[in-house]
Amino acid sequence: MTPHQPVAIVVEDEKQIRRFLRTSLEAEGFVVHEAETGKQALIEAATRKPDLLILDLGLPDMDGLDVIRDIRSWTALPIIVLSARTRESEKIDALDAGADDYLTKPFGVGELMARVRVALRRRASAGTAGQEIREFRFGDVRVDLINRQIYRAEQQIHLTAIEYRLLTVLIRNAGRVLTHRQLLKEVWGPPHVEDSHYLRTYMAHLRQKLEADPAQPRYLITETGVGYRLVE
Amino acid sequence: MTENRPSPDQLLERVQREEQKARRGKLKLFFGACAGVGKTFAMLSAAHMLKQQGMDVVVGLVETHGRVDTAGLLEGLEILPPKKTEYRGKQLTEFDLDAALARKPAVLIVDELAHSNVAGSRHAKRWQDVQELLDAGVDVLTTVNVQHLESLNDIVGQITGIRVWETIPDTVFDHADEVTVVDLPADELLQRLKEGKVYIPDQAERAIQNFFRKGNLIALRELALRRTADRVDAQMREYREDKSIRGMWQAKERLLVCVGPGPDAEKLIRSAARLAGNLHADWIAAYVETPRLQRLRQETRDRILQTLRLAQELGAETTTMTGEDVASTLFSYARSRNVSKLVVGKTSRRGWRRRFTVPLAEELSLMASDVDVYVVGHGAAGRAAPAEEAVEFRGPEFGEKRRSRRQGYLVAIAICALGTAVAAHLATYLELTNIIMLYLLSVMLVAFRYGRGPAILSSVLSVAAFDFFFVPPKFTFAVSDTQYILTFAVMLAVALVISQLTANMRYQARVATLRERRAKALYEMARELGAALQPEQILEIANRHLQGVFLAETAILLPDLSEKIGLPQPREGQPPRAMALDTAIAQWVFDHQQPAGFGTNTLSGSSTYYLPLKAPIRPRGVLALAPSNPRLVFVPEQHRLLETFAAQIALALERVHFVEVAQGALLKIESERLRNSLLTAISHDLRTPLTALVGLASTLETDANLPEHSRRELAEAMHEQAVRMSNLVNNLLDMARLQSGEVQLNRQWHVLEEIVGSALRSLRHTTANHVIKVSLTSSLPLIYVDSALIERVLCNLIENATKYTPPGSQIRIGAETLERELRVTITDNGPGLSPDMIDTVFDKFTRGQKESATPGVGLGLAICKAIVQAHRGRIWAENTNEGGARFTFTLPLLEPPLIREPNEPVAESADRPAHGQ
Repeated sequence: MTPHQPVAIVVEDEKQIRRFLRTSLEAEGFVVHEAETGKQALIEAATRKPDLLILDLGLPDMDGLDVIRDIRSWTALPIIVLSARTRESEKIDALDAGADDYLTKPFGVGELMARVRVALRRRASAGTAGQEIREFRFGDVRVDLINRQIYRAEQQIHLTAIEYRLLTVLIRNAGRVLTHRQLLKEVWGPPHVEDSHYLRTYMAHLRQKLEADPAQPRYLITETGVGYRLVE
Repeated sequence: MTENRPSPDQLLERVQREEQKARRGKLKLFFGACAGVGKTFAMLSAAHMLKQQGMDVVVGLVETHGRVDTAGLLEGLEILPPKKTEYRGKQLTEFDLDAALARKPAVLIVDELAHSNVAGSRHAKRWQDVQELLDAGVDVLTTVNVQHLESLNDIVGQITGIRVWETIPDTVFDHADEVTVVDLPADELLQRLKEGKVYIPDQAERAIQNFFRKGNLIALRELALRRTADRVDAQMREYREDKSIRGMWQAKERLLVCVGPGPDAEKLIRSAARLAGNLHADWIAAYVETPRLQRLRQETRDRILQTLRLAQELGAETTTMTGEDVASTLFSYARSRNVSKLVVGKTSRRGWRRRFTVPLAEELSLMASDVDVYVVGHGAAGRAAPAEEAVEFRGPEFGEKRRSRRQGYLVAIAICALGTAVAAHLATYLELTNIIMLYLLSVMLVAFRYGRGPAILSSVLSVAAFDFFFVPPKFTFAVSDTQYILTFAVMLAVALVISQLTANMRYQARVATLRERRAKALYEMARELGAALQPEQILEIANRHLQGVFLAETAILLPDLSEKIGLPQPREGQPPRAMALDTAIAQWVFDHQQPAGFGTNTLSGSSTYYLPLKAPIRPRGVLALAPSNPRLVFVPEQHRLLETFAAQIALALERVHFVEVAQGALLKIESERLRNSLLTAISHDLRTPLTALVGLASTLETDANLPEHSRRELAEAMHEQAVRMSNLVNNLLDMARLQSGEVQLNRQWHVLEEIVGSALRSLRHTTANHVIKVSLTSSLPLIYVDSALIERVLCNLIENATKYTPPGSQIRIGAETLERELRVTITDNGPGLSPDMIDTVFDKFTRGQKESATPGVGLGLAICKAIVQAHRGRIWAENTNEGGARFTFTLPLLEPPLIREPNEPVAESADRPAHGQ
């Protein structure tokens, strides 16, 4: 038993899903607290000192988005939302409201744990703020963030300023999904948050320069209808 | 015995009439000889009695003319506020029909039935308002004077010397449910007049004073009483018919009146109406248009139209015929309609013409010895203008212009000069008789080409030139041999006859051409309408033909499901409509099945003519027509053509409607069939994984001693089955969403490569056993699509390819731009599609092999089709030359938005300071 067991709160009104989440998370060493309603979730989150919150957006008593906003007003605790397929706008709203990641129902344990790990690691690195990432690697690409140089199979790659800025934003959030809005705001600035075609065009350029097969990317992943994710 | 009983048809007619009466409100008329007899007073007294009986009585409009006793009677009655309208700067009050219809009392009081409404009201006359109220089931009490009855109008005018212009059709009077005569002896009326109890408008005081002479009043009183007696008589007769008291069952009389172009036609019509009324006969007003009449001046033709309309108002059926000879045309028509009496006007020819022409009446009575012919004499106005005011017809349909007539005269002079010149050259070889022949030839040519006027000029010039140039002594008009006088006379006569005959022939040919043109226009439209399958097609065809034939702007307004007439949707690429369409008028026309608007009595202030589209089963819509030249629409023959057009359009609309109904029924059967196959397919595809899941789970549950690796295998199998069910449910939900129209395309600018990438990523487990090759050039343009849905299309197509090809097969994804579309292909090198599958593969619940173990209910491709079509693209399947299957879908290419390229330096330049340090 580790000296500090991470605490997870599962907010879900469906008993069987709670049960499956509890089993999976406990197997990973979490202490799990369950909540069935939004109000209960807020109470649990305030009292249990959680390290992770898994939140179903369809709650019986209140809008899941309000739960996120409420919690975000006082803690940076990682939040992973659960949402149904075809509800892309709901996911985007949750992410823009401050959720860290999302999972589309139905999902498997593997997927769940991958998201949980990314979220916890980001929490950990945020704790050691000030330490800039000096170098980042994915596949045969090496990004030297100090000297602003990119190598693929040790061949230097030329990126435009925008492409580079886009890449660094993705690297800083590696593993995590970023919505179109978040990326556009970071890279092009607030006036351009609706110009998603900019983002798509530059993402295609990046893939052409950094991916072996741009049509089947392995690192610069599209989350259809939601945004992009850089996976290692 | 049976002969004494009414025929079933008559009984049925009576039953229908009574049924209609029961639904309609009752009309009670207070009928008087003239103003001041106390009609309004009597009416209001009656209203109070009804109110005491507990009836819902409302006063729509009553003119008290400031009389205290009448005004007193208004007390205690509910009065509708009058409608105020502005007309030429004056504030006018008018009966508010819409308010009355909205209030809908049991009994409504409206004074002065013959009143003409203010311009801009719905109906021109108040009696039309009352008709609408009756139709709506409201009982109406109203007043009318004898001089306002249409058929008595001219008689009253002759007696009193004052013509009243406000009239009501006799049918309104005859069909009233009750008529109460308000009678006052002449002396008492005069007494009342002296006491100032009769309202007289100030401006017409003198004329009115003449009107109220004792002799006039007695005559009017007699007229009123007699007219009422006629009505009572008719009621009595009807009663006797009901009870089969009548001994003999006569065929109903039918009367035919022949309308001419003369100014006395109106009088003729009124006489005929009275005669028909007395005989209780149906009557027909007919106008026979001969080539000669077709050349009449336009005003005269308009007058004939008005006369026919008057006849219609008086209850006649009207018809227009064309024929060479009036008598024979009339006669054959009379025979076909079983007419027993013919009414004609006295022929107004005077002088020498009289001796050469047989009067129409005489001609007719010679032809039809078994038909009574009535000849009606002229009124005072009869002699004003003779019928012979025919001038050359220059109606717009002939396209003849003044210019061409002047040209005709010039050419006549030129031809005459030319003929003279030719004859002068040949004079030495030719006899004078042959020179005459040359002149006659030129007259004929002119007549043939330019008509009567130039031909007459040519005749006169020819005779003059012949005399001047060829008859000795030459170059003077003097003649040496008196024999030539005869030559000239005969030559002139022959030339005139030739010109007359030729011109006539030419006119007849033209009339025939026009008639043929009309027939052809109708035939062409009917033929095109016959091929139309959709209402939109019918509207397009109808509008095109109507605009061509009537040179009018047209629109066809169709009712919606709740019988409300809506404006037609303007089609893309069409110029905005210039004509003013009023849906309120159109709705009225549709509801009442009567034309309205321009050129009619109802809402004639509109510039558009509205015509109901009547079909056998029910009305189908309203045709609106804004004529550029009203004559092209209202000339009898054109108007008849228009009505035929309208009938054809209505028929076509009705036919298409029933085709749609039949198709709907077919569709219902089809969807029933689909639902059954859906149930079969779903129950198979859901039951299979469910059976597996239940079995696997119970194995895990019951067998505690399973080795670890078996447990894992069982769990993996359960996972696989659950995913399979999840996919199936996804497909079903997608299809349901797409079909319910719930899906709103979230279109954005996308890179195809990215959508392909995420589709392949989500399918990476499914495609693990296949070789996927993507060949997309980086130069493909941005596409404006809903990426989630297009990803679905790609997923379904790729998944489909993996399902129907053996493992190890190759699946190629490609794209190319073609003109204004992007074409995406998914090609495999598997066994390909069987030929019968190529067309049906996109239908719901179709799959490669029936009842195979291959999962999926065959919804995948149907979803693809729905999505692609929602993007205005196409999708199809085919086999490649190598034998594999190829699925292709297209997406329309739009102008992509600009992307501003920032002019920033590239990032990797090492000389820049390190970031963030």
